[in-house]
Amino acid sequence: MSRIADSKESPIDVTPILEVKDFHKAFGGLIAINRLSFKVNRGDILAIIGPNGAGKTTLFNMINRFQPASGGEILFEGQSIKELSPARVAALGIARTFQILQLFSNMSVVENVMVGRHLRSKGGMLATGLRLPFTRREERNVFDAAMSKLTMMDLKEEAFSSPLSLPYGRQKTLEMARALATEPKLLLLDEPAGGLSTLEIEQLAQLIKGIRDGGITILLVEHRMELVMGIADRVIVLNYGSKIGEGTPAEIQSNEEVISAYLGEEF
Amino acid sequence: MENINRPRYASLALFVIIVIVIPIVIKSPYLITIGIFIGLYALISLGLSLLMGYAGQVSMGQSAFYGIGAYVSAILTMKCGVNPWLAMILAALFSTLMAGLLGMVVLRLEGHLLAVATLALCIVFYTIFAQWKSMTGGVDGMPGIPKLSIGGLTLTRDFHYYYLIWAFVTVILVFSFNVVDSRVGRALRSIHHFLGGSEMAAKSLGISPMKYKIQVFMLSAAYASFAGSLYVHWLSLVTPSSFGFLTSIYPLIIVTLGGQGSLWGAIIGAAVFFIVAEGFRALVPILKPGTSGEYEILAWGLMIILVMQFLPRGLVSIPDILKEKKTKG
Repeated sequence: MSRIADSKESPIDVTPILEVKDFHKAFGGLIAINRLSFKVNRGDILAIIGPNGAGKTTLFNMINRFQPASGGEILFEGQSIKELSPARVAALGIARTFQILQLFSNMSVVENVMVGRHLRSKGGMLATGLRLPFTRREERNVFDAAMSKLTMMDLKEEAFSSPLSLPYGRQKTLEMARALATEPKLLLLDEPAGGLSTLEIEQLAQLIKGIRDGGITILLVEHRMELVMGIADRVIVLNYGSKIGEGTPAEIQSNEEVISAYLGEEF
Repeated sequence: MENINRPRYASLALFVIIVIVIPIVIKSPYLITIGIFIGLYALISLGLSLLMGYAGQVSMGQSAFYGIGAYVSAILTMKCGVNPWLAMILAALFSTLMAGLLGMVVLRLEGHLLAVATLALCIVFYTIFAQWKSMTGGVDGMPGIPKLSIGGLTLTRDFHYYYLIWAFVTVILVFSFNVVDSRVGRALRSIHHFLGGSEMAAKSLGISPMKYKIQVFMLSAAYASFAGSLYVHWLSLVTPSSFGFLTSIYPLIIVTLGGQGSLWGAIIGAAVFFIVAEGFRALVPILKPGTSGEYEILAWGLMIILVMQFLPRGLVSIPDILKEKKTKG
């Protein structure tokens, strides 16, 4: 927050980048998300934690519109995105990664990231089929942009390999590179630390901070407390679809209800 | 980037040389006719290859668009006196439009349901061709369709059509390669859910799967329509029997045979399909006198079983497999 207030050149934008109001989702009798409201401030890293089945992934799927909400409202930069298609939501500037990796295994590493440039290029079927000069320029730009993302994420050496040949942790990084290639304003990370070693989590924390410092707001769902407590500006705790706590990592760690529901005595 | 695509120019050049040389070396009119059919089905199969091999959408209805191309060309040139080339373009536009409208409905379905829905297109259009007597001439069809001409030259001979059709194949092959190598090609592959794509990931990156499914369906319809127009001008005759169920099945066999996700596969598949089938048709009566052509259906079955069993990635994967064997041994 103070970071934004400090920058004097740019006009201060205090509207939250994402605002979820009274979000509700029920699968039959099962309530996955229960009247949930929260705001994501621009430039923040907001972490959502909670036990398995707390509704974290469902919430992500509702934000980028894979699943419709049963009730409530969602505003991205003040605009309602409740009725938009996932592709439209992506075009507005929300990108995401997946808990279960969704890499394109029928393409090379660099091509995966090039798909991430889809929204930043225009060539349609006729224009590309006829190989109009602008599509050739565009293709080169898409390739260069993808390569520079790979260089940033230290994946350049593997650019022409199959994504499946990468170790698991690197596959997760690749998915992040692909999402970043869309140049999002808000990046949703679904359990980025799942399955990673302690060392890899440290590198991931640096990477996520770097992405945030590049001006991208981050909303992440995570189990691994060592990641969350190290990087989050604010933390929201979900349990059975309801918010049971919200605050800074320090506040959350001393919140009685959160401790009994989720964290346990260790924290 | 550039050097990734370079081998393609070499294989294209080789392809063009082979296509040009064949009629010069092989003078048999019968074989030229087979060459024409290979070319026509290569056109249809290139469209199906993009649709099925790249985007993962099966279609058993390509004969409908092949037929629309044929009948629109026939009707416009004979009943309205439209220039055949113009008629061919109008036919392709009409096929594309039909594919767009029908695609919006059928492409909501997936897998087997999509196969059945597109099969329905094949049957519906066959029925229209056969029954709308005042327009299509019914089961007897329409004879006397004018020949095509280029400048002052009227194309009357089979080898004229052989070269014309293969010129179309070449242009459409290059067009298709360009599409495949572009953002559109990547978008198509990104939605191929049982060959490594993920519709979910595609959507999250701003790709609308429905939009690309419809577009590629329209493109495949245009390809089939060109084949249909060329076919009727070559034959000077159109009858509904050319656009039945089997006409939709051939391209499916061809793409499977050649290799899904490979444009060369569509061409190699078409060539092998017709050569083996014709070989069978010639061979069986020699071995067992008194039999007629029905045995070629055995050849198709055999080809599919062998390819599925030993070459799941199709005939185009043979060089890769040989290379792997070599490095192992």
